Amino acid sequence: MVDPLAMAHEVIGIAVALPLVGFLVNGLLGRWVRRESASGVLGSAAVGGAFLIALALFVELLGQPAGERVHVVQLYQWIGAGALRVNVAFQVDQLSVLMMLIVTGVGFLIHVYSMGYMHGDPGYRRFFAYLNLFIFAMLILVLADNFLLLFLGWEGVGLCSYLLIGFWYDRKFEKGTTADAAKKAFIMNRIGDFGFLTGMFLIFATFGSLDFQTVFARASGLGAGTPVIFWITLALFLGATGKSAQIPLFVWLPDAMAGPTPVSALIHAATMVTAGLYMVARCSVLFALAPMTLSIVAAVGAATALVAASIGLVQNDIKKVLAYSTVSQLGYMFLAMGVGAFGAGMFHVTMHAFFKALLFLGSGAVIHAMHDEQDIRKMGGLGPELPLTSKTFLLGTCAIAGIPPLSGFFSKDEILWKTFSGGHTLLWLAGLAGAAMTALYMFRLYTLTFSGAKRWEAGKHPHEAPRTMTAPLVVLAVLSAIGGFVWLPENILWGNAMERWLEPVFERARAVMPLPGDGGGTAEAVLMALSVTVAGTGIWLGRRWYLSRPDVPEALSRRFAWAYRLLLNKYYVDEAYDAAFVRPLVGGSEKLLWRGIDAGVIDWCIDNGARLIGWVSGALRMVQTGIARSYVLVFMIGVVVILGWMLAR
Amino acid sequence: MTVPLSWYLVLSAILFVTGVAGVLTRRNAIVVFMCIELMLNAVNLTLVAFSSFLGDGTGQVFVIFVMAVAAAEAAVGLAIVIALFRNKQTVDLDSINILKW
Repeated sequence: MVDPLAMAHEVIGIAVALPLVGFLVNGLLGRWVRRESASGVLGSAAVGGAFLIALALFVELLGQPAGERVHVVQLYQWIGAGALRVNVAFQVDQLSVLMMLIVTGVGFLIHVYSMGYMHGDPGYRRFFAYLNLFIFAMLILVLADNFLLLFLGWEGVGLCSYLLIGFWYDRKFEKGTTADAAKKAFIMNRIGDFGFLTGMFLIFATFGSLDFQTVFARASGLGAGTPVIFWITLALFLGATGKSAQIPLFVWLPDAMAGPTPVSALIHAATMVTAGLYMVARCSVLFALAPMTLSIVAAVGAATALVAASIGLVQNDIKKVLAYSTVSQLGYMFLAMGVGAFGAGMFHVTMHAFFKALLFLGSGAVIHAMHDEQDIRKMGGLGPELPLTSKTFLLGTCAIAGIPPLSGFFSKDEILWKTFSGGHTLLWLAGLAGAAMTALYMFRLYTLTFSGAKRWEAGKHPHEAPRTMTAPLVVLAVLSAIGGFVWLPENILWGNAMERWLEPVFERARAVMPLPGDGGGTAEAVLMALSVTVAGTGIWLGRRWYLSRPDVPEALSRRFAWAYRLLLNKYYVDEAYDAAFVRPLVGGSEKLLWRGIDAGVIDWCIDNGARLIGWVSGALRMVQTGIARSYVLVFMIGVVVILGWMLAR
Repeated sequence: MTVPLSWYLVLSAILFVTGVAGVLTRRNAIVVFMCIELMLNAVNLTLVAFSSFLGDGTGQVFVIFVMAVAAAEAAVGLAIVIALFRNKQTVDLDSINILKW
C-alpha cells in the first residue's frame, strides 16, 4: 500500500495548483482561444480534477484509523523572521477534506452550469478565469495549516467576490452600478478582515505561533474564560461576520446578486460565505474556551436568522429572496456553532451548499428563460414551461423548508435540537420562528414563480435551459434529497456517519466544553414533530396566500403598513449605515480633511512658502546689476577682507 | 650688491594694485584686459623673486606655465572683445549689461 502521507503530499499540491493553472491559462491566453467552449471546458476540468483528487483523499482518509487522519503537508517556508515562522503547508484532515469536497464538487457543477449560462457573453473567458481563481483561493483557505495562509485565501475569495459581483461592471444595479455593489462587498469584508487581523495579532502575541496545531495545543492549556481568549475569539468572530454575512456586516450579501447568477450560487451561497463558519469550526477549541463569545455567536446567529428571514418575506426579486434566505441559513449555522454544536453547524453548511446552489442555479435558469426578468410579480405559471427547473426548484424549496426526509430537515432539526437540549430556549424559539418564516417565504417564492396565473407579457417564450445548465440542477437536486442521510440517529443503518467523521476535529473543544447529553429520545421526537408542523404551516400559508387567496397578504400589508415598509426596506439598515458611517465619513473627509487640513493647512503652508521665497529672491536678484566692474569690486573687497582677516588672526 | 627680496615684493604689489585700480576704474574693455594682464604678471614677478630667493626652480617653471596659459587666454579674451564689438559697436563695459536680472 502507498504511504498515505506520501500520497497526500503528492496530490494536494496538484489539487490546489489545478485551478490556478486554469486561471492563468484562461486569464492570460484566453483571448487567443477562438472557441469559447474551450475556455469553459478547461475551467471546469481544472475544478473537476481538483474534485477527483479531493475524493481520492477522502477515500484514503476513510481507510485510516479515526485518530490518524490528520496530515500536514509542508511545501516550503514562506516567512521566517524572528519568532515568526510561517510555512506554506496544507493540513489534510476530516474538516478540510469535507470543505474541499464541497468547494470543488459544488464548484464543478456550477462551472458546468456557467458554460451554458454565460454562453455568448463577451467576458466568457474572464468569467472562467475568475471562477478558477476563486476556487484556488478557497482551497488555500480551507487547506491552510496556519492562520496567515488561511488569511491569504480569505483575502483571495474576497478579491474574487469583488471581481465577480462587478463582473458586468457597466450594468445598472439599484441606485448605482454593479461596481458599487462590488465595492460594498469588498469594504464590508475589509471591516471583517480588520477583526480577523486583530485576532491573528493577538494569537501570535499570546501563543507565539500561527500554526493551528501549536496554537490549539497551547490554548488547551489555558483555562476557560481567560480574557485574552475572549478578545481573540471576538475579533475572529468579527472576521466571520464579514465573510459569512452576519449582523452587523450582512448587508453586502443581498447586493452581491448584482453579479451573474452562477456567482451568487458559487460564492454567495455555497462556498465563500462558509469561510467564516469553517474558520469558527477550525478554531473550535478557542471558541469553546470563551463561553462569552459563544453566547454572542449564538445570539448573533439567531438574530440574523430571524431578521433576514423576515426581510425575505416581502422581497420581490427572485435572487434577493434567495440572498436573504442565505443570510438567514448562515444565521442558523452560527447558532449551531454558538451552542457548541460545531458538527451540526458543518452539517448544515454542507446541506445548505447543496440546496442553496440548486435554488440559485434554478433561479438562474428562470432568469435565463425570462430574458433577464427577476421580478417574481412578473412571473407565475412557469411550471409547465420549465418542467425540469420547476421540479428541481421545488425539491430545493422543500429541502430548505425542512420537509422530511430531505437534507434541510436533518440539518436544521439537528441545530434546533442541539440549541434546545443545550438549554437555550429563547434561541430555540427564535430558530423555530425563523424556520416557519423560511417555509413561508420559500413557498411564496416558488408559488409566485412557477404556479398560478401567467403574469408575463405575451411576447415572451420561456424555454427550458440547455443541458449544461439542467444537468447540474439534477445532480444538486439528488444531493439535496438524499444528503441528509449521512446524519441519521445512531443505531439506524450506518448511524451518524458525518458526526463520527468530524468528531476528532472537535476533540479538543469537547474536552473543554462537553455537549449536553445527546439522544433525548422522546423529547427529540416531540421537537422534531413540532418543527415539521411549523414548517408545514408555513408551507400551507405560502401556498394558500399566494395561490388562492392573494387578498390576505394584501390586507395584511395594508393593515400593518409600517411593518411592511420596514421589511420591504430591509429594516433601513443600509440607510442607517449610510447615516451613521458613510455620510459622516464623506462629510468629515470633505469639510475637515480636504477643505480644512489639506487645503487650509498644508496647501496654505506650501503656497505661502513659495510666495515667501519668490519675494526674497525678487529682492536679492537686484544684486545682479549686469555691470561687470561692480562684480569685480565686490570680488576685490571680498579678497581684501578675507586676506585681512587671515593676517589679523 | 643684490637687490633685497622686499623690493621685488613692493614692486610687484605696486604693479598689482595698479592693475586692480585699472580694472575697477576704466571702462574700455581693452584697457581692462591689459590691467588684468598686469595683475597676472605682478604675481609672476613675485613667484620668480621667491624662487630665486629660496633657490628653488619650481617657481620659475610655474611662471613659464602661467605665461603660456596667459597667452592662450589673451587670444580668447581678445576674440571675445572683437565679437562683442561686432555686435554692439562698442567696447564700453558700462553699456554691456544685458546679463542681469
